[in-house]
Amino acid sequence: MNQYETVFILTPVLSEDQMKEAVKKYEGYLKQNGAKIVHQENWGLRKLAYPIQKKSTGFYHVFEYKTEGTLIAKLETAFKRDERMLRFLTVKLDKHAIAYNEKKRHKKKEEKTEETKES
Amino acid sequence: MAQASNEIKYLTPIAVDTKKKKYCRFRKSRIKYIDYKDPNFLLKFVNEQGKILPRRVTGTSTKYQRKVAQAVKRARHLALMPYVADLLK
Repeated sequence: MNQYETVFILTPVLSEDQMKEAVKKYEGYLKQNGAKIVHQENWGLRKLAYPIQKKSTGFYHVFEYKTEGTLIAKLETAFKRDERMLRFLTVKLDKHAIAYNEKKRHKKKEEKTEETKES
Repeated sequence: MAQASNEIKYLTPIAVDTKKKKYCRFRKSRIKYIDYKDPNFLLKFVNEQGKILPRRVTGTSTKYQRKVAQAVKRARHLALMPYVADLLK
């Protein structure tokens, strides 16, 4: 069970709920095939550094999950087939990466708790 | 007389390019993983045109230079950083 991280960009043409539905579809796909989603993050609409398929903005979404290596090839073919997907990148996380992500999430939680305390 | 002329006195000594000891910032600050997802950290390792800075300029060790290069290439793939840019900073 390795840990992977997938970042993908959806076309900005989608409406809000279409975008959510696309994310839900892949989340479901991962869960059905026995992947355990550790963390999920949505960066929302972001400006691209260079136009992809004539579009200059895109919805970024990050999945961090634990799964068998064999699932990745299937997942990527599903990504390739989906025409709403501008670009995707799957990365295997080593122990330093996992520790880094853990620490970042921990820091974010602390910031949130501080904000709630102040407000 | 000739002797006096070659002895030119400078008000301030010429600043011979003092050799600043370069160090690998990753080894010094114990950074173990370079995240390809935050571009503003990676911008420090890229020049104005968006090209990766060589080790002799940044002074990073080989192991971390490879990690930086890989992270920058992944960020470029995800359009977080441009392949070619002008006045990036």
